[in-house]
Amino acid sequence: MGIEVLLDLASTMCADRVAVGPRDSGMTFEQLAQASGAGADLIRESGAKHVAFVGLNGPALSVAVFAAAKAGVVITPLNYRLGDEQLEELLETLEAPLVIADDAFVDRLRAEGRTSVSSPEFLRRATAGSPSAEVGPAHELAVVLFTSGTTSKPKGVMLKHENLTSYCLQTVEMASAGEDECALIAVPPYHVAGIATVLTNTYAGRRVVHLPDFSPATWLDLVKREGVTSALVVPTMLARIVAHVGESGGVADAPSLRSIAYGGARVPRPVLERALAAFPDVGFVNAYGLTETSSTIAVLGPDDHRAAIASDDEGVRARLGSAGRAVPGVEFLIRGEDGAPLGTNEPGALWVRGPQVSGEYVGLGSSLDDDGWFHTRDRAWLDDDGYLFIEGRTDDTIIRGGENIAPAEIEDILLQHPAVREAVVVGVPDEEWGERIAAVVVAHAGVTVEGPSIREWARGRLRGSRTPDTVVIWTELPYNELGKLPRRTVIGALVAGTTPGTTA
Amino acid sequence: MSETGTPLKAATRLRSQVCTTEIIVVNPGGGIVLLTCGGRPMVDLNAVPTDAGSPAAGLDTGSVLGKRYSADADERFELLVTKAGGGTLANGDAPLKIKQAKVLPASD
Repeated sequence: MGIEVLLDLASTMCADRVAVGPRDSGMTFEQLAQASGAGADLIRESGAKHVAFVGLNGPALSVAVFAAAKAGVVITPLNYRLGDEQLEELLETLEAPLVIADDAFVDRLRAEGRTSVSSPEFLRRATAGSPSAEVGPAHELAVVLFTSGTTSKPKGVMLKHENLTSYCLQTVEMASAGEDECALIAVPPYHVAGIATVLTNTYAGRRVVHLPDFSPATWLDLVKREGVTSALVVPTMLARIVAHVGESGGVADAPSLRSIAYGGARVPRPVLERALAAFPDVGFVNAYGLTETSSTIAVLGPDDHRAAIASDDEGVRARLGSAGRAVPGVEFLIRGEDGAPLGTNEPGALWVRGPQVSGEYVGLGSSLDDDGWFHTRDRAWLDDDGYLFIEGRTDDTIIRGGENIAPAEIEDILLQHPAVREAVVVGVPDEEWGERIAAVVVAHAGVTVEGPSIREWARGRLRGSRTPDTVVIWTELPYNELGKLPRRTVIGALVAGTTPGTTA
Repeated sequence: MSETGTPLKAATRLRSQVCTTEIIVVNPGGGIVLLTCGGRPMVDLNAVPTDAGSPAAGLDTGSVLGKRYSADADERFELLVTKAGGGTLANGDAPLKIKQAKVLPASD
């Protein structure tokens, strides 16, 4: 079953409902279905074997995703922020691509023998055209997404139709969204969530609106203007929205909003608690997943959040920091150093299995083990009720004097310091200990604070071996636009003694 | 099983011989389900109909568009109705049951 069936089914049930855009002028599901058919004809005519999408999230993406599926070619959204050289390198890995790119990028990507079209032009021609009845050819592979490559060269994750349709069918009820629902998508197409939201919202019959250029003010404005009921944000966006709301008095003015889903990186517990207070009537959803798993594999839902905040039981409260429980169809396995399965409450390597899990990379084949398990490269543990607690990337684990130390635990403590707005804890090479613990913190605006005083404060709240050996103050942390923090960059700067924006 | 007894596969699309019901197999399970609709085995979507007629009495409660169905005899078996019709979906003559979707909050 191809992902285009998700659209065909939705358009059968919600033909005249708006699928993409404003309430009064957006494209309906029927129009989206027609446009994807005409778009498929355009792709076939071009002779392309692959569609490369280089642009911001919007209606053109929705059409392109389903058009590629109907034409039986793979679609790859690429990161438009990459330099020309990197983009060319990635484009070269794609067979005979048709490049669909926003006006801002299309000229940069023109090349001898390569077909390209601007995304508005593609959208215009697809929506104006009448689709032929041509179908297929059927293709196993639907989407290739390059991993963010914060620790290594980007790898092309191969998401099959089977992975993506399984994910949708298991986690979404067809056409279950009410007519009044509206999802705000502010994540880019080259992030797995940017593709997953096209599929899940289409299958649910839910209208989507896009915010290509995020700022807290424009986000809140769009929420109000379009009656947004659910929004998906990455943690750095959530932190900025919450800070913005805090400035103007505490509780957000967003009466239509029913749920906020966040994911892609960890949200520090203090930020989450402030967010819950800023949006008291909104249900919060933590979605944990990877590109390789067709996005979400674990969800901490609104009831879980509320139960945790209201509970006196520390075990239940702690769930506020968990990734929730497995989505239907997904299984988890925690393995120790020797590969043997561990019991509950024991941290180890997190492996996952299920029809939505791909684990296959372009040119590298499948990374699944013989039993179909995929290694997430996250360190985690499961509590007795199946709640998943992520400690952090295995690569981020600090090994100091033979002891495994998860940065997250120390970061959460540092964030409780009144002067600290952001914190990251990394291991820097040390001759005596193997690695020593270095903390980098960013102070709240207008606040001056010294590293040593924070270190002393932390010492009283952490075990001796967990206390950072050094604490330095920077004016900002080098997050990328997906809200991920490349720790290598932080370690590199600390080791070199260079510091992006220090105070002494 | 399909009419010829060959095991179903994921993504197989079938239709009813006696009504408009069309389905797609989401999970073939253990391969033991003999899929019928309105009392007659379901056939390939593109098969030329050999058996006109209507759903058998008692197996005419209808199928619902967009719902997933499972079988008591094989919990892993799952199909999705892509076109509704008047016949009852069944494993042999044991009606399939609608799988309650575990409604997840909108995320991704």
